[in-house]
Amino acid sequence: MNGLLDLAVQGAQMLLVLALAPLLTGFVRKVKARLLRRRGPSLLQPYRDLARLMGKEVVLADSASWLFRVIPYLIFAATWVAAALVPTFRTGLLFSWSADLIAIIALLGSARFFLALAGMDVGTSFGGIGSSREVMIASLAEPAMIMIVFTLALIAGSTQLSSIAEFMLSPAVGLRVSLGLALVGLIIVAVAENGRIPVDNPTTHLELTMVHEAMILEYSGRHLALIELASSIKLILYVSLIACLFAPWGLAPSGAGAVALATGVSAYIAKLAVGGFLLAVFETSIAKMRVFRVPELLGAALMLGLLGTLLRFVSGSF
Amino acid sequence: MSGIQFDIAHLLAGSLVLMSFLELYQDRLYALLNVYAAHAFVLAASVAWQAFIQDAPHLYVTAAIALGFKAIVIPVALHRMIVRLGIHREIEKVVGVGPAMLAGMGLVALSMVVMLRVTPDADPLAREDLAFALAVVLLGLLMMVTRRNAVSQVVGFMSLENGLVLAATGAKGMPLVVEISVAFSILIAFIVIGIFLFRIRERFDTVDVQALDRFRGERR
Amino acid sequence: MTLTIILAGVAVLLALAPLAVTIRDPRTATDVVYGISFIVSAVGLAAALVQLLSAAPPLTLALPIGVPWLGAHLRLDALSAFFLVVVDLGALGASLFALGYGRHETAPGRVLPFYPAFLAAMTLVVLADDAFTFLLSWEFMSLTSWALVMSHHRVPDNVRAGYVYLIMASFGTLALLLGFGLLAGPDGFYTFAQMRAAHPSAAIGALALMLALVGAGSKAGIVPLHVWLPLAHPAAPSHVSALMSGVMTKVAVYGFIRIVFDLAGGPAWWWSIVVLALAGVTTVMGVLYALMQHDLKRLLAYHTVENIGIIFIGLGLALAFKSYGMVFAAALAFTAALLHVFNHSLFKSLLFFGAGAVLTATGERDMEHLGGLIHRMPKTAFVFLVGCAAISALPPLNGFVSEWLTFQAILLSPQLPSWGLKILVPATGALLALSAALAAAFFVKAYGVTFLGRPRTRAAEAATETDSYSLAAMLLLAFLCLLAGVLPGLFIDALAPVSTALVGVHMPEQSGGQWLSIVPVAASRSSYDGLLVFLFMVISGTLAAVAIHRLATARLRRAPAWDCGYPDASPATQYTATSFAQPIRRVFGTTVFYAREHVDMPPPGDTRAARFTVELHDLIWEAIYAPLAAGIGYVADRLNRLQFLTIRQFLTLVFVTLVLLLLVLAL
Repeated sequence: MNGLLDLAVQGAQMLLVLALAPLLTGFVRKVKARLLRRRGPSLLQPYRDLARLMGKEVVLADSASWLFRVIPYLIFAATWVAAALVPTFRTGLLFSWSADLIAIIALLGSARFFLALAGMDVGTSFGGIGSSREVMIASLAEPAMIMIVFTLALIAGSTQLSSIAEFMLSPAVGLRVSLGLALVGLIIVAVAENGRIPVDNPTTHLELTMVHEAMILEYSGRHLALIELASSIKLILYVSLIACLFAPWGLAPSGAGAVALATGVSAYIAKLAVGGFLLAVFETSIAKMRVFRVPELLGAALMLGLLGTLLRFVSGSF
Repeated sequence: MSGIQFDIAHLLAGSLVLMSFLELYQDRLYALLNVYAAHAFVLAASVAWQAFIQDAPHLYVTAAIALGFKAIVIPVALHRMIVRLGIHREIEKVVGVGPAMLAGMGLVALSMVVMLRVTPDADPLAREDLAFALAVVLLGLLMMVTRRNAVSQVVGFMSLENGLVLAATGAKGMPLVVEISVAFSILIAFIVIGIFLFRIRERFDTVDVQALDRFRGERR
Repeated sequence: MTLTIILAGVAVLLALAPLAVTIRDPRTATDVVYGISFIVSAVGLAAALVQLLSAAPPLTLALPIGVPWLGAHLRLDALSAFFLVVVDLGALGASLFALGYGRHETAPGRVLPFYPAFLAAMTLVVLADDAFTFLLSWEFMSLTSWALVMSHHRVPDNVRAGYVYLIMASFGTLALLLGFGLLAGPDGFYTFAQMRAAHPSAAIGALALMLALVGAGSKAGIVPLHVWLPLAHPAAPSHVSALMSGVMTKVAVYGFIRIVFDLAGGPAWWWSIVVLALAGVTTVMGVLYALMQHDLKRLLAYHTVENIGIIFIGLGLALAFKSYGMVFAAALAFTAALLHVFNHSLFKSLLFFGAGAVLTATGERDMEHLGGLIHRMPKTAFVFLVGCAAISALPPLNGFVSEWLTFQAILLSPQLPSWGLKILVPATGALLALSAALAAAFFVKAYGVTFLGRPRTRAAEAATETDSYSLAAMLLLAFLCLLAGVLPGLFIDALAPVSTALVGVHMPEQSGGQWLSIVPVAASRSSYDGLLVFLFMVISGTLAAVAIHRLATARLRRAPAWDCGYPDASPATQYTATSFAQPIRRVFGTTVFYAREHVDMPPPGDTRAARFTVELHDLIWEAIYAPLAAGIGYVADRLNRLQFLTIRQFLTLVFVTLVLLLLVLAL
């Protein structure tokens, strides 16, 4: 019975993430529009966009290969599997032991690897510009993320995300310096990885400011729908990650009853709303950086992660 | 001393180091002054917390001085000075942000190693705060060494002094009179530097230190 | 028994070398040589696997050939068996590949005799149990690989490559000679068994470490001794490049492990600091050098340097843990390093085979002249993609597993009491993470520019698919990469005897894990299940495909590329390798390589072309090797005058030397 419940919870988690991802994207857009004194599109517009894209015919470039058609499925699979392993409303997911935080980052890295290949596939200059900038950003964002993972793992004694979440819930955690550094670093990395201002503009139509949009320029129809859904899932993954690590209140412990699970779900939705609101405010209040200032920002995030790890190596009380 | 008090003291000291890194990262003068104001604010919070846990009410006065003078008066005054002098508001760097950050990391590691090896028997909270304080001092020096703009060098000097105050409050029993004299000497030094800057500005049209060296007849 | 089988195989290979010269018809010679090498490697692989998996006690053999009072001692223990597996698997793949690739060889007479000799030499190095046999086989290995590097000697770059290789190889052997001399001691205990029993002092052990690091490290490719590697590895024929990068560097790692972990006595705490510092620098510098490369094989050679750095990080951590007596952590770090040895030999060989296939199909090694090969060589493109994904450490392939294990070893390091290690290990971890991300970036570049996009030259347009032997070899390696990624527990358990022999304990048994997951330390700490990750990805991908099939329309049409409304028919407008690397070059290259870009724009009205120049400096070459070469040249020039003395002056020299020696004797 317990095993069946665990399986149901894991399945519910996967479906919840899939269902809520476009809603979060729609919410962020709505808040940004309101802050700019516009009415903005409806909250359910991303769902309508996906449905519309699915019904459209795919226009494939003459020079695109079989890899170009397969990549959206690969990206979606990798991102969804990674998102399914991040605790949203309950810790102790059934398959959480199969991939720890390092594996989750590596899964997102493989999604990015294939996306960059897709940018190179058609053989246009815009795809190249997107791919080359994306790998430049990734070459600093990924090590920064790994150093942050090290900091968290050295505090919590494990790289398993469920264990770290449970540790953060317990009173043993305390207000550590290295946790503060990890939080700042994680926010910078999350902004960079999701292609948000100040690193990249998700709504730009100017080719020379594009990073993510340039790589998917040649995609259309159902392929584009999968890729858009995958980026929404990536955003919800990062927000859930920050929530479960740094704001774990309301997370139901493993083996909890229905009441705790309901509380967990409502707490999670509240955290998503707060996270989306903060992201929208942040994006509206600063300008996008020049491309070659982004490495400095990510270098700072890498240094923060390194500093946090160093402090944990040096003394157990940091 | 219970765990949470430890942790908050460390958090504030660590935030001071973070502010120093943030100062190293800036390349615009007004932003630098804002970060310096935040630096002084965090210092004031840290000193106030130390006053709370050490049960030493005179440190509250120190915190108030830090808040009043360093977080408000001095940045505002420097801001006015920049406007009057018409200094170009971009900070020329000797080394880029990346190498400066790496050097900063090395300095933090160095201060950790030095402080924690040299004081194995001392009170754990005090030694770790001292390690952070030494890191802030070294980062202030790094800022002075790697910036060409005289105002940014002044800011580096002041953040260095903040580190010293952090060290002094971390070690129990610093008398208030020392703090007043230190603060006043800084104020005087600041006024003197300001006067010199005015004079130099009238003569030479710039406060870029490298340009000054040229007029001193030195070749680098 | 197994040892005799392997030695019989070595004898067959050595006999094959002169035989290859006598066969007239190059086609028959190719088939005979590579076919027999294939069979011998397969037999050797089976024998080594039997020895390793059955955890049998070491087998020794003493032959009366060689140095008169010593003979030749050979030994097959767990470490030798593991490295023999690596050697034979690489040789198997290379021989199979060469059955197809060798048909296009323009100078078979310069390749075929040396290839089986190279394989035999590598096997003997791994089996050697005394210093003479080891050094003799090591030099033989260097010599045969040098001959293979020089096989296309009319290309001027190859001549320079061979020259640098010969100098560095001789220098490395000198260092190893001195190292073994120190370990043998004043009484001349040259067999390894005697060296093990001798328990050298701390000073001797330290010197042995340094000399092993220089000697074996230069062969493996540790910075700053790596300079020969990117010159020599691309110059050889592709299957030999695969053997040199994938296997010979591992034989060098074997030499290092044998000397430092087995013969030099218990490690001192500071040994790991030297190894870790060098390894971290090697990892990052190796991958950054790949930044500027657009020659496919040279790029792969620089990535070999990076991966050797990763292996040495694992070895350095194992040394650190061992010196403080933390044996379980040492077992983890050591197993991670050995697993990466195995994984790297697999995917590096695969990638070099792919480069060889591209070279045969198009005649080009330069990525800037290729493109669009995925349409013309689809199967090669597929296996090359698997290789790129494996080396970029993407789950669920094998590169990720060894990197994950190394990270877990780093996470155990805060328990180390040394201050130097406390600062160095996090820095090394950051360098490792940085190099992994950069490696993925450069393999996007390599794959994207070579196989994707549109063809940039006629040669690329005219490419055809490779032959079935080469494809079979590549498919075999790709399958093994997937297997090692999905079932890593099997491979970790296979490494247990090696770990026990050299560190004292082995990692916990992995085969009992839930759903075949691996648990390096404890289940509460961390675990990874490659099989489940792979299954999840397959299931979610299939679910997505099925859902799309049901819910979305299946219509598709081909059209010219959108390109924001400005399509350009010329393939010159797409990104090249240099342009792809430009953002990363701006970030890292300005400090590491003094990269400077100059744009020379003609003034308005002038019709000449604009010119864009990128200036890069190889700082290691300019700071160490160029001054050294200049210094040696200067001294040689001055000493040249000794050639032109008169007879009287020569006699004076002889007389003075004689008198000096007599003085020394008198005193």
